[in-house]
Amino acid sequence: MPWLDPLPLAASASNLLAAREQMAFTLGFHIVLSCLGVALPATILVANYLGLKRGDDDAMELARRWSKAMAVTFAVGAVTGTVLSFEFGLLWPHFMDRFGSAFGIAFAIEGIFFFLEAIFLAIYIYGWKRLSGWAHFWSGVPMVITGIGGAFAVVAANSWMNQPQGFTLDAAGKVVDTNPVKVLFNPATGYEVPHMILAAYMVVGFLVASIYAVGMLRGRRDRLHRLGLLIPLTIACIATPIQLFVGDTAAREVADHQPAKFAGMECIQKTGTHQTEYVGGVCTSSGVKGAIPIPDLDSFLVGFSADTEVVGLADIPADERPPANTLLHLAFDGMVGIGSALLLLGAWFAFAWWRRRDIPRTPWFLRAVAISGAGAILALWAGWIVTEVGRQPWIVQGYMRTSEAVTDAGGIWFAFALTLALYAAIGTIAILILRAMSRRWRAGDAGPETPYAPPAEVAP
Amino acid sequence: MTRADACAGILWAGATAYALFGGADFGGGFWDLVAGGAERGERPRAVIQRSLTPVWEANHVWLIFILVVLWTAFPPAFSAVMTTLYVPLALAALGIVLRGSGFAFRKSIEGLGGRRAAGATFAISSLLTPFFMGAVVGAVAAGHVPAAGDGDPFSSWLQPLPLLTGAMFVATGAYLAAVFLVGDAGRAGDEEMRRYFARRALVAAAVAGIAAAFGLVELHAETRYVFDRLVHEGLPLVILSALCGVGVLALLLAATRQAGAPRSRLLRPLAAGAVISVVWGWGVAQFPYLLPTSLTISGAAAPPDTLATVIVVFLFAAVLVLPALGLLYWLSQKEMLGE
Repeated sequence: MPWLDPLPLAASASNLLAAREQMAFTLGFHIVLSCLGVALPATILVANYLGLKRGDDDAMELARRWSKAMAVTFAVGAVTGTVLSFEFGLLWPHFMDRFGSAFGIAFAIEGIFFFLEAIFLAIYIYGWKRLSGWAHFWSGVPMVITGIGGAFAVVAANSWMNQPQGFTLDAAGKVVDTNPVKVLFNPATGYEVPHMILAAYMVVGFLVASIYAVGMLRGRRDRLHRLGLLIPLTIACIATPIQLFVGDTAAREVADHQPAKFAGMECIQKTGTHQTEYVGGVCTSSGVKGAIPIPDLDSFLVGFSADTEVVGLADIPADERPPANTLLHLAFDGMVGIGSALLLLGAWFAFAWWRRRDIPRTPWFLRAVAISGAGAILALWAGWIVTEVGRQPWIVQGYMRTSEAVTDAGGIWFAFALTLALYAAIGTIAILILRAMSRRWRAGDAGPETPYAPPAEVAP
Repeated sequence: MTRADACAGILWAGATAYALFGGADFGGGFWDLVAGGAERGERPRAVIQRSLTPVWEANHVWLIFILVVLWTAFPPAFSAVMTTLYVPLALAALGIVLRGSGFAFRKSIEGLGGRRAAGATFAISSLLTPFFMGAVVGAVAAGHVPAAGDGDPFSSWLQPLPLLTGAMFVATGAYLAAVFLVGDAGRAGDEEMRRYFARRALVAAAVAGIAAAFGLVELHAETRYVFDRLVHEGLPLVILSALCGVGVLALLLAATRQAGAPRSRLLRPLAAGAVISVVWGWGVAQFPYLLPTSLTISGAAAPPDTLATVIVVFLFAAVLVLPALGLLYWLSQKEMLGE
């Protein structure tokens, strides 16, 4: 088709950048929805349990509302997830060709979990009217288990890209033998998987709580709003301290096994002991500019002693250093900073609850909760940037470069532009729909039953 | 049977399930598209909505299952298909996004205009998505995907057989959906809707049959290997499919003629049988190739332990997913699920 050639459909050297942007954007979009898929079921079931056990109508109403919202977010998450499985092949065909037999193992397992989650989610979401209370509750329990199982499998696949093992290559670089157990339980699985699952619970907990905090700030201080804040906030505040511990362990593991990523995250230039921890700043080859330096702390965090040696970027071959150091460094600091702020928020909440069995009285607490949801999502994205950009230039650490994996197909920039517009529209509509739902609930209106029946005739 | 053959069988089992459930799901969207204006289309749309809502997401997980099995068990085949047929595949992915979000949004969005726009998005993409998927399958069957990949992005699928296969996918989905909806409307005691969908099932069956006949002629022209095997090794399945199709036609004719015709329990199994035998006929016809005639099943197969994992995962799926899926469909058919 020669008439297409002058269009941006033509393949070009910029495919790598376009494919990476496309993957980053679609994954960044999907990861928020997948957090909802992983952690929202448990949040809903807590409310559902309270509703059944204590005959608490407000808790029951919350469970019902959240399950309706989940119907929308899970649908969008299912399609954006399907897009990702296409993208593995459409954007990274040479990666899938060479390593699909190892990388795919985790996804085959994920398939079962996702299937079961979709099935039980449908039963739970649409089972409110006709199933008995406890049968309905138990139909929801598999969603929680499969959500966690699915997260395990997907993140195990990503862990494998960071610390690949469990395969043998022949002289031509073809995978000739695999060890599925070693693929699944690679050294990074142990910290990446809990880090992501806890992140999902934090995102969902703070996000749902922030919606009710905004409502309370607007004067809706009924019991429903209070409970709508307390249930998810409690879950998030339990997850947060565990997350900081897991994240701290993860950073040390990265320092051990992926020194280039760690040096990029921390902007370390020269290998040595007594490394300074830089908070914020801009990374340059001559060191960090405009950061707050804390002497010896980086070495101490890596090995619990200022004498710990940490590898600097200067000792890593130039073509194996991660790109965009400042972005990487600020993303890491941003994630840790937001996580620490959320930890303080949780401590404040726990203290007030311990003293008075109530949330802190000041509106500043509600204001802090109101922005905690956005903060948790930002931290999630920052963490994802750290792990993905930090692994570059590798798609499979030490074995395959991202530039070797990318497709030669044309039209990636065009597809990316279309995807941006499409996802922006879908995201906007989904948020508008959730807001409209919430308005209808406040007005006590159940909403339309059939898709687009003509407006009901008004009785004369 | 080797492990690789077993994995190819698993791939085909997934394709069968997707053709049946995903196909019917697309078909529901198709009938929604052609149901007419808001007033005229209200009743059929309500029947479609009730039937699809609880099950549509589960129906589409089969696609993910197929993709995952293909890239894990047969990575070179996956890569060859993706680097050659990326245009129809990207369009199918676009259709999936529009369809899923349109369906999820259309009943929640505010205002009739917004709901219509979301509904139209859902319905039009219900037509385009199976068409492009059919084009991909047709291009593979016709042998237009080279084993090394990077085939021509346009001439690999802009050919009679892939395009006919696309049309056949759309018609088959519409036919399956109409047959399922005949049953749903019949169970709900809605005689008018039962006949409404029975008439449409007849039309769709005729179109699918014609597309299949032309497809056979084109198959003969574009890929002799597959054609020859289809009319020899695959002949029993072709005959079975034709018999099922004739049986369905007879039952549908009865359903459209008589107002109080007894509901037949055979209608759905026969309609499904017609589709299942076509999918397996295709598999038999291109055996032992995944990409006729350049890449065989054993040539594309992953290392043995990976194949073993896929088989074990499939057994787990059979033990865990199938009963759960059965429960979902059973609850849905018993009208235990609703909004």
